[in-house]
Amino acid sequence: MSNASLAGRPLVPPIRPEYDHVLAPFVEAPVERVLPFSTRLWQQDWLRKGLIIVALILLWEGLARWQDNDLLLPGFGATMAALFDGLVNGELLDRVRISLVVLLQGYVCGIVLAFLLTTLAVSTQFGRDLLSTLTAMFNPLPAIALLPLALLWFGLGSGSLIFVLIHSVLWPMALNTYAGFQGVPETLRMAGRNYGLRGPSYVIQILIPAALPAILSGLKIGWAFAWRTLIAAELVFGASSGRGGLGWYIFQNRNELYTDRVFAGLVLVVVIGLVVENIVFAAFERLTVRRWGMAR
Amino acid sequence: MSFAAHRSDFAIAEHPESRARGSIRREDARARSPIAAEASPLLRIKGVTLEYRTPERVVRATHRIDLDIHQGDRFVLLGPSGCGKSTLLKAAAGFIRPVEGEITLDGVPVREPGPDRIVVFQEFDQLPPWKTVAQNVAFPLRAARALGRREAMERARHYIDKVGLTPFAESYPHQLSGGMKQRVAIARALAMQPKVLMMDEPFAALDALTRRRMQEELLSLWDEAPFTLLFVTHSIEEALVVGNRVALLSPHPGRVRAEFNSHAFDLTSIGSHDFQDAVQRLHSRLFEAAPESRASTEVSA
Repeated sequence: MSNASLAGRPLVPPIRPEYDHVLAPFVEAPVERVLPFSTRLWQQDWLRKGLIIVALILLWEGLARWQDNDLLLPGFGATMAALFDGLVNGELLDRVRISLVVLLQGYVCGIVLAFLLTTLAVSTQFGRDLLSTLTAMFNPLPAIALLPLALLWFGLGSGSLIFVLIHSVLWPMALNTYAGFQGVPETLRMAGRNYGLRGPSYVIQILIPAALPAILSGLKIGWAFAWRTLIAAELVFGASSGRGGLGWYIFQNRNELYTDRVFAGLVLVVVIGLVVENIVFAAFERLTVRRWGMAR
Repeated sequence: MSFAAHRSDFAIAEHPESRARGSIRREDARARSPIAAEASPLLRIKGVTLEYRTPERVVRATHRIDLDIHQGDRFVLLGPSGCGKSTLLKAAAGFIRPVEGEITLDGVPVREPGPDRIVVFQEFDQLPPWKTVAQNVAFPLRAARALGRREAMERARHYIDKVGLTPFAESYPHQLSGGMKQRVAIARALAMQPKVLMMDEPFAALDALTRRRMQEELLSLWDEAPFTLLFVTHSIEEALVVGNRVALLSPHPGRVRAEFNSHAFDLTSIGSHDFQDAVQRLHSRLFEAAPESRASTEVSA
């Protein structure tokens, strides 16, 4: 930053002598070193996240003991006991099964519709306009807001649930898939056409795998939306259905002031969400997009 | 059965002196008289005008291009950016329809992309990232229904070996360097045994040392088993080294300014006097002042 030299004479670097070393083999220190065990351990995701969960459980248990009112806030121990009871006598498992069956029906229907809509959108201008208009209209609309209408149309039962589930999955899934297709590099498209691929085989062999990161994130978002929509919908109208799912279990037990069972139901909702996210989707990602270097 | 036709490739590949023999083959081409090459061209570009559309206007990329590419040519399209050389290559590959004129391959008009004209692009993302190197090379063979699964894999291995990537056959593209990815693309193109191999600035995104090595390898592959190559570049040196004939395109819109022979040059001749002369000649054509006025008289002629 010596402005004097800038302003004064022109910058002339000094002429230094040249040198030309013959380098001896490098032996002073190892080129690679193994990190210490503690550092490697701390890099494990599950360990750090597990510690956070343990801390939250301790906080919860502490609060519950300080409050000392099982009707308002049962502790971790009481919740686990209720959860254990529910799982052992089969009631909770049955509720989960009912919920998941409905959920999967809605989820799969939503995905299929999303693929149809996206295929239309990538192939025609009309499809593009249709997709962008529909998603702009319906994506912000909470699925649960359609429930009264669904009940009117499809009556009490799984038909209405599947209708709102489709609504919650279809739009985010279609948006993500479409964005994924749009993001396929032009060179890769040309390479695919160069092989003589066209029509459905072009979509299946080039577009879908190339858009898989976006499709996967659509599947994940769709799953989360569907799961929370289902539980909410069951809380609203499961009350009039004979065989309710997990949401209905929560609602029923709140009415009867079994707060520990309410907590057990909530814990199960969270756990199922975590398992699907961290085991099912994570395994799928590891086998596909991560292995291919398409996602970190 | 299908391998019988390619026995010669194998025979030459196994030959320890294949490089020496190949250079002789290129020497042969040097010795041939120019009139001897008056066979009918393999790829004929005849009066081709190409246009592309932006939201506001239609842009003329090339104007009435005439070029003949013969069997065994290493034909280079050389020009500054904006001369439509890549567009012309994509038209020859069938991705773009000419608005005027015709492109024929073996007398058959080119209408759409096809596996008889495989393109090696500049961009590294031309390789599907979800396929290993071996799968990447075998995939087009399967997709074009040229070969069964086993034969495709066998041929893929053969060409992967030719580009020296056998240790990486099971790697995914993201695990490879840029030069290795381009080698995969070249192996993939050669494995298809296209009538014309097209390369769109294939080495432009590589560092200088890798680029030099890739040029050398491309030439030695050609020496082993000559193929017809259409090669786009903006580098004068690369054009002279890789090509046996160089077409010089002028920009805005692309028109053919000149065609020069460059079969006498390879990587060893870069320092030579003749080579520098040729570079100078091309350089002066590329950077001449006001090409519009001069070229317009040529077109009307």
